[in-house]
Amino acid sequence: MSNTIIQAKNLNLYYGENHALKNICLDLPEREITALIGPSGCGKSTFLRTINRMNDLIAGVRIEGQLLYRGEDVYAPGQSVTDLRRRVGMVFQKANPFPMSIYDNIAYGPRTHGIRSRAKLDEIVESSLRGAALWDEVYDRLKKSALGLSGGQQQRLCIARALAVKPDVLLMDEATSALDPISTSKIEELAVDLKKDYTIIMVTHNMQQAARVSDKTAFFLLGEMIEFGDTETLFSRPSDKRTEDYITGRFG
Amino acid sequence: MEKTASRSAGKSRVKNGNLSPRRRIYEIVMRALLYISSGLTVALLLFIIGTILVDGVPGLSWQFLTTQESVINDTNGILPAIQNTLYVIVVTLIIVLPLGVGAAIYLTEYAGNRRLVAAIEYATETLAGIPSILYALVGMLVFCQMMGLGKTLLAGSLTLVIMTLPTIIRTTQESLKTVPQSYREGALGLGAGRWHMIRTIVLPSSIDGIVTGCILAIGRIVGESAVLMFTAGMSMTMQDFFSSGGLIDSSGATLTVALYVYAKERADFKLAMSVAVVLLCITLCINLAAKLVGKRLKKK
Repeated sequence: MSNTIIQAKNLNLYYGENHALKNICLDLPEREITALIGPSGCGKSTFLRTINRMNDLIAGVRIEGQLLYRGEDVYAPGQSVTDLRRRVGMVFQKANPFPMSIYDNIAYGPRTHGIRSRAKLDEIVESSLRGAALWDEVYDRLKKSALGLSGGQQQRLCIARALAVKPDVLLMDEATSALDPISTSKIEELAVDLKKDYTIIMVTHNMQQAARVSDKTAFFLLGEMIEFGDTETLFSRPSDKRTEDYITGRFG
Repeated sequence: MEKTASRSAGKSRVKNGNLSPRRRIYEIVMRALLYISSGLTVALLLFIIGTILVDGVPGLSWQFLTTQESVINDTNGILPAIQNTLYVIVVTLIIVLPLGVGAAIYLTEYAGNRRLVAAIEYATETLAGIPSILYALVGMLVFCQMMGLGKTLLAGSLTLVIMTLPTIIRTTQESLKTVPQSYREGALGLGAGRWHMIRTIVLPSSIDGIVTGCILAIGRIVGESAVLMFTAGMSMTMQDFFSSGGLIDSSGATLTVALYVYAKERADFKLAMSVAVVLLCITLCINLAAKLVGKRLKKK
């Protein structure tokens, strides 16, 4: 049994009047891949975004209950959001490299957190790009614009950019949904590789992906967390009828 | 029949030969009208520039540009007006840029109350379209009289700040809004603070629009005469900005005001045209410079 790194305790989230997350209780294990699945609008992305407080950006969001990261309440007053986001990195649905060079994209995070030494930055850029399996493809054009990369490369660049601040947890919000099958499988391999060092929580629409990649799976429906368990068990012997209906494709 | 023919012609860009005669005439007439309207526009522009150059260039001389007018020697010179114009541009921009860009950043990046923001945006839009003579009147009453600045270039610049502020705010806001939300999320997701994110990602991506706003503002400043006649005085003598209090006390005519004085009070149209040539050149130079600065900033 691995340690719990993120723990939701009776977590409720409201967008204005809309009750988007209902009493979520969930213990996510360290250094494993957890997949969050469910139909569109079920709250899985919303839940993911509560972990690094990206929901703070939306006006009218209200949160009740607790979300603990390594035992600390993420929403406690005085909690540093920037520090939290450094430790809990995020990769978005659509690759969003900044309009600058590949090097500057990776160095953005470390520079933000005060690293100025050229040698140190060089080292971080290389190790992050290697970590995201992109180094061999871009080492000779680090000074070129990141916008010239292919979609799959851009997404791996975003993963490298997230790794560059040495996070503890990596949140992936449908990170492969806009990519072709080959790029997708590269990122899936990468995720499996990364779980040696990082805890990964991924939202996915693709149930095969969840089954292929993740260790644990949580199924969300209409803002509720219906079932959580080992991926194998959940997909082969789901305990809830609604989970079974969803994974066998009866709705969603 | 006719309809389908024209539609397929439009789609596949088949030459006019395949169109029905009525359609063909229609195409030719429309094309001719468009040629005429763009031709007229260009002709008008060339006519204005041509007249100014033909009438104005002969009056230009080194002496005209680098001295002040002298009744004793019976010479003309517009150095004071050039100097006053540059003063007004620089002082106005120094005040209006931080103020306007700052307000725009607050409104688009920080402000939470959407209704209030919408109201402010509506107000700035309205202010941007108000005739400048109203600003002149208010500037005269508030800066010159109430605040006791008198008719000075400083009072003129402050009035121009108020006049150009809406332009700067609106253009900056529009360019901030074109920066994709995903850039902001990316930066914040890496643990950047909000201001750091704005400074390193949002502002560099929107610098083009800010420079455009700047050019528009300078255009309005250089072109403004009503405001300055009301607030900055019409003296044509040299001011010493570097004497004590010179930056605050100086008053005088800018190029547009000098042009007005030459044309309407002295009926010396040749001189007025020469001033117009100088105005044209200054505007051209400033636009080029602003574009260059924008490019440099973008590269960084």
